[in-house]
Amino acid sequence: MKKKKGLLVSAMSILLLLVLSGCETNLVVFDPKGPQARAIMDLINWSFIWIGLVLVVVVGLFVYIIWKYRARPENADYEPPDEKGNHKLEVIWTLIPIVIVILLTIPTVKTLYALEEVPEGYEDVEPLVIHVTSADWKWIFSYPEEDIETVNYVNIPVDRPVTFKLTSAGTMQSFWIPSLAGQEYTMNKMETELIVVADEEGSFFGRNTNFNGEGYAGMEFEVQAQSPADYEKWVKEAKELSPKLTEEEYKELLKPTHLGRLTYSNTHLDWVDHADHNAELYIDPELYRGHGYPGKIFTEDENENSENHENMNMDEEEHGGEHSGH
Amino acid sequence: MEGKINTSAPIEYQSEQSKLNILGFWVFLAAEIILFATLFSVFGVLKDRTAGGPAGSEIFEIKDVIIQTLLLLTSSFTAGIVIFEMRRGNRRGLIIWLVITLLFGLGFLSMEINEFMHYYHEGATMQTSAFLSSLFVLLGTHGAHVTLGTGWAILIIIQLLTKGINPTTAGKMHIWSLYWHFLDVIWIFIFTFVYLAGVL
Amino acid sequence: MDIKWDQLLVSGDPLILGSQIAIVLTMVGVVAALSYFKKWKWLWNGWLTSVDHKRIGIMYIIMGVLMFFRGGVDGLMMKAQTAVPENTFLDAQHYNEVFTTHGVIMILFMAMPMLIGIMNIVIPLQIGARDVAFPQLNLLSFWLTFAGAMLFNVSFVIGGSPDAGWTSYFPLAGKEFTPGVGNNYYMIALQIAGIGTLMTGINFIVTILKMRTKGMTLMRMPMFTWTSLITSLIIVIAFPIFTVTLLLGMMDRLYGTHFFTVSGGGLDMLWSNLFWLWGHPEVYIVILPAFGIYSEIIATFTKKRLFGYGSMVISIVLISALSMLVWVHHFYTMGVGPAVNTVFSITTMMISIPTGVKMFNWLFTMRKGRIEFTAPMMWALAFIPTFLIGGVTGVMLAMAAADFQYHNTLFLVAHFHYTLIPGVVYAVFAALYYWWPKVFGFKLSEKIGKWHFWLFNIGFNLTFFPMFFLGLQGAVRRSYTYSEESGFQPLFLLSGVGALILAAGFAALCYNIYWSIRHAERTTANDPWGNARTLEWATATPVPHYNFATLPEVDSLDAYWEMKKNNKGFTLDKNQIKPIHMPGNSGLPAIMGGIFLVFGFFLVFEWHLLAAIVGIGIIAGLIMRSFESNDGYHVPVDEIVKHERTWRGESKWKAK
Repeated sequence: MKKKKGLLVSAMSILLLLVLSGCETNLVVFDPKGPQARAIMDLINWSFIWIGLVLVVVVGLFVYIIWKYRARPENADYEPPDEKGNHKLEVIWTLIPIVIVILLTIPTVKTLYALEEVPEGYEDVEPLVIHVTSADWKWIFSYPEEDIETVNYVNIPVDRPVTFKLTSAGTMQSFWIPSLAGQEYTMNKMETELIVVADEEGSFFGRNTNFNGEGYAGMEFEVQAQSPADYEKWVKEAKELSPKLTEEEYKELLKPTHLGRLTYSNTHLDWVDHADHNAELYIDPELYRGHGYPGKIFTEDENENSENHENMNMDEEEHGGEHSGH
Repeated sequence: MEGKINTSAPIEYQSEQSKLNILGFWVFLAAEIILFATLFSVFGVLKDRTAGGPAGSEIFEIKDVIIQTLLLLTSSFTAGIVIFEMRRGNRRGLIIWLVITLLFGLGFLSMEINEFMHYYHEGATMQTSAFLSSLFVLLGTHGAHVTLGTGWAILIIIQLLTKGINPTTAGKMHIWSLYWHFLDVIWIFIFTFVYLAGVL
Repeated sequence: MDIKWDQLLVSGDPLILGSQIAIVLTMVGVVAALSYFKKWKWLWNGWLTSVDHKRIGIMYIIMGVLMFFRGGVDGLMMKAQTAVPENTFLDAQHYNEVFTTHGVIMILFMAMPMLIGIMNIVIPLQIGARDVAFPQLNLLSFWLTFAGAMLFNVSFVIGGSPDAGWTSYFPLAGKEFTPGVGNNYYMIALQIAGIGTLMTGINFIVTILKMRTKGMTLMRMPMFTWTSLITSLIIVIAFPIFTVTLLLGMMDRLYGTHFFTVSGGGLDMLWSNLFWLWGHPEVYIVILPAFGIYSEIIATFTKKRLFGYGSMVISIVLISALSMLVWVHHFYTMGVGPAVNTVFSITTMMISIPTGVKMFNWLFTMRKGRIEFTAPMMWALAFIPTFLIGGVTGVMLAMAAADFQYHNTLFLVAHFHYTLIPGVVYAVFAALYYWWPKVFGFKLSEKIGKWHFWLFNIGFNLTFFPMFFLGLQGAVRRSYTYSEESGFQPLFLLSGVGALILAAGFAALCYNIYWSIRHAERTTANDPWGNARTLEWATATPVPHYNFATLPEVDSLDAYWEMKKNNKGFTLDKNQIKPIHMPGNSGLPAIMGGIFLVFGFFLVFEWHLLAAIVGIGIIAGLIMRSFESNDGYHVPVDEIVKHERTWRGESKWKAK
């Protein structure tokens, strides 16, 4: 038995060593570049203390007990006592977890509320508002004040709060920049909000974490936190040099594709805000045909004229049965 | 496991298996309550999402719904008489009252089908909006239960005719009556939270 | 109706083509073997139509093992794909299908059937009954579960697999974004299996409440019986929600309703809420019986009664209640605001309190005991530290603010594998080793069992421990590949190597079963472990089909232990033996399962006319059941006497 325990311990320690040596530098969650991510890291570190304590106590007790009371040939006659329980002990190991839960809850709640606000020290700076629209499989960033739209990258000034207003043109995604803040879902016809401050210049990676189909793996974007001067320069250039986005082009953009980086000198908010409850939909199921057997697609004629629905019976001929994307 | 027969208990509780069946059915009804509760919550969440289609107040014919309610409530009462006749051992009375109950049930169903046709002609189908989807599925699930209950009762009538009232058939009859009363209760909730709340 | 024959079979992928050929060959092989050995009658009469709870249990477990294999292959494929960056072994679509089926199969068609199978075998014996309350319904439950599993499994070769994740979140899972029939399989196959599970829940509630032997009060029930009762209760409460959820999902996909769509006023988050209202209790449906299994095994192999039986019972009741109040923690990131997230953080963390109580009670059961390191006990021991890791990371995830950084990353994936594998799979292994001799009359090899144990444990930790760190590095779940620059490579590779060792562990189990069937020493002793405590060990090994010659009477917890201690209840008086009434076999459940399978298949392909025709078959089956008068049969006294005499020997036999 001793040999086997030893084996387990050594296997675990090799594992730990590998893990720690391999990635000390790239645990992105522990390398925050802004106050929001830092607040979360502090919370995680706090939880580590208590969780570590629990692990040590329980594993210690476990090893001690199975070692001390293991069956040996010498104790073959040992008759264990008939004990039913011990109320005092049971109360103790109910109360201690309760205390730990309270100790973890208080900072959790504080952090939860803090993340909703502009971080301390930045209250006086006017936040930059950026609308984020996720689509299959790209990120669209609209700067309404600057009248710029970018795809798959977003530039922000350092030390200025940024309010991301999140929505989706179709499927549900999750907007995550681990260096700057925790994630938030983007949903069609809804708006969620994420406040972020970068207090260091640099390029940070952001991505979708909520599975949304074939192109999900590549749904990444880059956040460039720039000095205010660089940022202003970029805004100016973007406005001057970039083409205008038309609604037709925008429809193309929203098709399920991967795109590189794009910049436009106006925003799609001029004709549609996907967070709006009655926003027009730009989706086409035909574009999502896969290799499987094609199912029936239901025609999209929502909102305008409900009289049309009389003609839409489920027994009628199948729509779109002929098209199948091979 | 038919086991022993205990003649001191009401006839539907006399066989061991019937006792188990009745308890099992109560547990099943608990599951059904959760099922309908879920449908009600879905309806509650989606009821204002009419997406440009008609709202409940525009399509509900409250007079018809009241008649439906009366039909179903009466059928629940006559279902009570069915059990009364069963315990008296009166097979003829039992079957007559059961048939009356079913006629009320069929009346309810035909009105419900009418109601659906009416909605359909108003251009309110379950594909129109989230509100109508949840309305049709809630009503449809209840209606399907009533249909099932009617078919089931017919099977029991045949068994009563061939085998008479014995602990087995009585157990089935009793379970059926639980089911029927349950559907009545669900309807009262539908009447209150769907129709009344919809037009008020 | 327009059937597109040329698109029926999934084509264009050599892996799938290989599976198609393998499936056809296996089926031909099985049919040929059954015909050659003339086993069709034996199979039909002895097994497929048998209402004997032990045989149904065995069928569930065989199904579970097969599904474990299927789900495991899915897992290995995922690990092979991600072992190196920018791998092209699987394309995105294929990977999406594989992780979807892996999740669904492991939870619903592996974990659930395994545990329900064990419940089937053990519960009636533990409560001193001869069968469950509704034996035919029990068989129907099995066949519906099986039909659902088969329907789901056929998807990857015919029509295309579901590809929206095991959670099948809308709107992605709707027709707007996945128009193929793949996700129809999810909605319909799970519905069929779910109906079976719901009926199992009802069956076991009534069985445990009504069929306990004389003297067995609720607080004298073995812990596994308690956990099974609570699990059955959660099934009855949670599964109807799933029934509705799947129904609405099916309506959206097949009939164009707008429950979860982005068009027509649908609400996609409604799916997430409904799904997890079922889904979180579902986690406890599979974990609670496992807690019961560990309780039995730890008490047995430490020769001590369970420490704090009362608080153990209270704990499982609390866990089950809390399990229904935590569903929002699966989407803290939905943006509902800090107040809601606070509430659900607290309820979620509260689950750790009763779970902690259970942990300490197990530890203190072992304290002052005499711990024997048998195969079942080793699994129970390994459970404690590994599940602890799963538990504490669960608390970390429960802290909503911190979850914003863990959500949907591999940290989460590592966490739930650390709860579900020790919490369910280890328990299933422990239970297999523990109750195997009771069912089959021989033990599985301890020596191969150790191989199984160490390979599986090392493999498991090596596979999933690195994933905690991958998550903190920013690696997300369900992503079919990653770039070279991400730096994820070394840990992904390590994890892939771990998966191979894990698979070797599973192979060792299969070999163990094969080896033990051929070579293990046979036993007819009623208590082959020597220290058993509960009633299932008071009757013959293997258990006769009537379970107990006379129903035992109980006046304490650990009834069999007390019988041994007081040396009573072992002698059987011939005059007490009466003919035993047993339920008769029924072919209807298997036929109904087949009809449901075909019905579901037609619905998946949206061939409504064909489905309606087959639907008549379901109604016909229900009508037949209503008219059936299957009164079963009686086991004659002579047969009982003969059998009891053989295993008891003359000393435990009183023939007046």
